Amino acid sequence: MSYIPHTEADRRAMLKRVGLASIDELFDEIPASVRLKRPLDIAPGLTQMEVEAEVNRLAAANAAAMATCFAGGGAYDRYIPAAERSLLQRGEFLTAYTPYQAETSQGTLQFTFEFQSLMCELTGMEVANASMYDGSTATAEAAAMARAATGRHAVVLASGLNPEYRQVVETYAEGLGFPLRDSVDGETAALIVPQVDFFGNIADVAAAAKTAHAAGALLVVVTDPSLLGVLEAPGHLGADIVVGDGQPLGLPISYGGPSFGFFASKMDLVRRMPGRIVGIAHDHEGRRGFVLTLQAREQHIRRAKATSNICTNQAYCALAATIYLTLLGPQGLREVGELSYQKAHYAADQLTKLPGVKLAFPDRPFFQEFALRAPRAVVGPLLDRGYLVGPALDRWFPDLKDAFLVAVTERRTKAEIDGLVAALREVLA
Amino acid sequence: MSEPLIFDRSVPGRRAVTFPASDVPATPLPPGTRKAPPALPEVSELDAVRHFTRLSESIYSIDKGFYPLGSCTMKYNPKLNDVAASLPGFAGLHPFSPEGGSQGALELLWQLEHILCEVAGMARFTLEPAAGAHGELTGMLITRAYHRHRGDDAKRRKVLIPDSAHGTNPATAAGLGYEVVEVASDARGGVDVAALRAACDDSVAALMLTNPNTLGLFDEHIDEIAAIVHGAGGLLYYDGANANAIVGRVRPGDMGFDIVHFNLHKTFSTPHGMGGPGAGPVGVVESLVPYLPVPLIARGDGRYSWRWDLPHSIGRVRAGYGNFGVLVRAFTYILANGRDGLEDISGHAVLNANYLLARLGELFDVPFDRRCMHEFVVSAKSLKAKTGVRALDIGKAILDRGMHAPTVYFPLVVEEAMMVEPTETETLEVLDAYADAMAAIVAQAERDPESLHAAPISTPVGRMDEATAARKPIVRWTGEAAN
Repeated sequence: MSYIPHTEADRRAMLKRVGLASIDELFDEIPASVRLKRPLDIAPGLTQMEVEAEVNRLAAANAAAMATCFAGGGAYDRYIPAAERSLLQRGEFLTAYTPYQAETSQGTLQFTFEFQSLMCELTGMEVANASMYDGSTATAEAAAMARAATGRHAVVLASGLNPEYRQVVETYAEGLGFPLRDSVDGETAALIVPQVDFFGNIADVAAAAKTAHAAGALLVVVTDPSLLGVLEAPGHLGADIVVGDGQPLGLPISYGGPSFGFFASKMDLVRRMPGRIVGIAHDHEGRRGFVLTLQAREQHIRRAKATSNICTNQAYCALAATIYLTLLGPQGLREVGELSYQKAHYAADQLTKLPGVKLAFPDRPFFQEFALRAPRAVVGPLLDRGYLVGPALDRWFPDLKDAFLVAVTERRTKAEIDGLVAALREVLA
Repeated sequence: MSEPLIFDRSVPGRRAVTFPASDVPATPLPPGTRKAPPALPEVSELDAVRHFTRLSESIYSIDKGFYPLGSCTMKYNPKLNDVAASLPGFAGLHPFSPEGGSQGALELLWQLEHILCEVAGMARFTLEPAAGAHGELTGMLITRAYHRHRGDDAKRRKVLIPDSAHGTNPATAAGLGYEVVEVASDARGGVDVAALRAACDDSVAALMLTNPNTLGLFDEHIDEIAAIVHGAGGLLYYDGANANAIVGRVRPGDMGFDIVHFNLHKTFSTPHGMGGPGAGPVGVVESLVPYLPVPLIARGDGRYSWRWDLPHSIGRVRAGYGNFGVLVRAFTYILANGRDGLEDISGHAVLNANYLLARLGELFDVPFDRRCMHEFVVSAKSLKAKTGVRALDIGKAILDRGMHAPTVYFPLVVEEAMMVEPTETETLEVLDAYADAMAAIVAQAERDPESLHAAPISTPVGRMDEATAARKPIVRWTGEAAN
C-alpha cells in the first residue's frame, strides 16, 4: 500500500509545471555511473491487512513476552496507567518535531519544563535537560561533562555498574580519549556509582561522595528514578550529576527501547550540560511562555565547539514519564517503590528456602531485585514453564556461574511469586 | 489564556492512580529512605487528562497540517506502524529474554537489517544507534578503528566536512578529537572539487557528506569526490539525513561511500515525537564489518541469535539493541511500501519539491538555478533589501496562516535561507495553498512590512524574548508561581 496521494492528473499537471515529461527525468542530474539500474531486491508492497498479519506473526513468535516477568537488569515490568496510554496516542505528541518554532510548540516546551522540574524533584538536583537517548549514553555523557568541568582526565566506574552501561562508557572513553581507572586519585574527573547496583543492592552514595569530593572529583550517581519515591534523592547525598534510564517511569520494556536517559546536575554545571534545555521566557506583551534556552552549548549553533553532538533526543518518552509521574503523584510513586520492595523480599525469602538456592550477596541490602545462585542453569527451563527471570550473570561475571537476577515489581502478585517458587522447585527436582 | 504548570494545579491529598494493598508479609524498609517526598503534583485523573490534552492542542503537528521543515522529512506517519509497535509480543518483550523466546524480534531485526543493506548498498548494518547524530558517532568510531587497525590513526587527524553540512557532523568529528576542515561549496552548490583535492592528503581520516546536500542538490561530481578521498586513503561517510530523495534510485554504496547512517524517523516515517525517539542505524561495506558495534544478529539452521565475538568491534554504543519500537515501525512501513513503493517515495518527494520550488521561485531568490531533489533552499535576500522583511518574519507569518515555517537560516552558505521539504505525502492542493500563502505574505511585505515584524499574532504567545531567558535561565519549577 502507498501513502502517496497523487492522481495521474496531479502528476501530469505538476510535471508540466516543472517542464518535464516523467518522474524519472527528475533524477537526470544523478550521474548514470552510480544510478541503480534495477528494482530493489525486496518484496513487493503489502496491503494493510497483510502487513498486520505479518507483524502479528512475528510478535507471536516472542514467547518470552507472554511469560510472567521477573526479569530485571535495568528494564522493569511496571504498571502503565490507562490514562497515560490513552494520552500518548494523540497525534500532536507523536507527529510534531523539535520545538524550533516556539509559538506553535508551547505544549512541547511546557511539558519539557515540567519534565525537567520532575527530574530535579526526584534527584534532588537543580537543573535537568530535556532527555538523552538512554541511561547508558547519559552515563557516558556525564563522564564527558565531568572532564570538561574539572579539567581532569580520568573516570572511575564503580564495580556494580550495569555491565552494558560499562561497555558503552568504554566505547565513548575510547572515542573521546579518556582513561578509565580503578581508583580515585588527584587525576579523577568523576567517580560514577549506581545508587542501586546491577545486582539490586543498595549502595552507600554518601560514602562515595566523600571519596570523590576528598579527591576533588565529581560524583556521578546512576539511579532508577522509579525508586526515588522511597530512596533518598542522590542530590541530598552529595551527587554532582545524576543520570539514569527512564524506562521504569511508565514506558513499556519494548525489547530495550525506546526509553530515555535523564541528566540532572547542579546549576553551576549547566553551561557544560549536553542536550536541549527549556526555560521560561516572555513575549513582547509580557505573556509567559517557554523556549529552548542556553543553546550556545549545542551543535546547531556551536558546530565543532558544542558540548555534545546530540540533536534528536527522546522527547516523546520524556512525555510518557511526565504523564506517569503526574498520575502517580508522590504517594503513588512511594507505593510503587514500597510494593516492589516488599514483594522482592517475600520472593527472596521463599526462593532461598529451596535446596541449593541462595542469595549471591547475602550481606548486602537489596531493593526490588536480587542475584540468586542455583545449582545449575535455570533461566531456560523456567521460561519453558512460563516464568521469565534473568539475565543470567555469567555472560559478564564468570565467577557468578549459574547465578541470575530476579526482579519483582508492584505488578507481581503473591500468587505469581508462589508460582515462580513452585516452578523453580520443579526445575531443580 | 495559558495553561498553568501542572504543579500549580496540585492540591495535597488529590490522587489519580492507586495500587493494590500489599499481599505479602511486610519487611521493614532499609535505612536511608527519603526524608521528604519529592514534590510531584497531586491531581485527579481528569485534571491530568485535561492538562495534557490542552498542552497537545498548542502543538503544531503533521496530523494537523503541512510541515515542510527542511531536512527533517516531516511526512505522514502511518498509524499502522504505531499499532505494530504496541503489540504485546513486541512492547512486552524484555531485552534480556533468552533468544529462544524472542525469535520473532530477532527475525524482524534481521529482515530490517537486510532491507537497509539493499537500500544502501552496504554489507551489514548495526541497528543500535538511537538517532542520526548517534549514528554519526558510531560511524566515526568505526572510521577511527579502521585507521587504527591499519596503524594509520596517528597521522589521520582531519575530517573534511562541506560548509553546507548539518551541525552534528562537525560536532561529532570534533568531539572525537578530529580536526574539522571545512570544504567550500562551488558555484553549483556542490563540493568544490579543487578545494577538496587541495585539502586531501594522508592526514585525512574521512569526508562526511550529505548527498543530496542540505541545499537539496545532488552532487554531480560524486564519482570524482569518492576517487579523491579514497586515493588519499580516507573513508567516505554518508549522512543519510536526505535519503528520502534517493531511495530506490541510487545507493550510497554505489556512489562510493563506505559508511552510511539512515534516520529512520525521516526516510522510514517513524514519528518524530516532538524530538525523538529516532533511530540511526549504520551500514558499512564488507571491509568495515569487523568494527561494527556488538552485538550483531546471526542466522543459522533457521534460528536467529546474537553474536558477541567480534574482536575488532568498537564496542557497544547503547544498552540493549537500539530503539526497538522505532525499528518495528520502520519495518512495518517498509513492508507496506515494498520495492515499488519505496521508489515512488523518492519520485514523488522530488516531484513535490520541484513543483513547490517552481512556485516559490517566483516569489524569492533561488540561489542555485538547478533541479532540486527532495528539498530546496530559497532566499529572502532581495525581499529584505526591498522591504526589511526577513526569512524569520516570513517563517513567523506562515504560522499565522495555519502552516509550519520552513527551516530558516540554514544552511549557513545561503543568506536569509528558507529550506523547504514538502515530502511525498502532501497533495497538490496543499502545495498550492502553501505557495498562495507565501505569495500573500510577500504582498503584505511590500504593502505593510511592519505588520510582519509582529507576526505571529494568532498563536498562544508571540515572539519570545530568548536573550533574557538565556541570561537569567529559569529551567525548573521551584514552588513559586511562574507567570
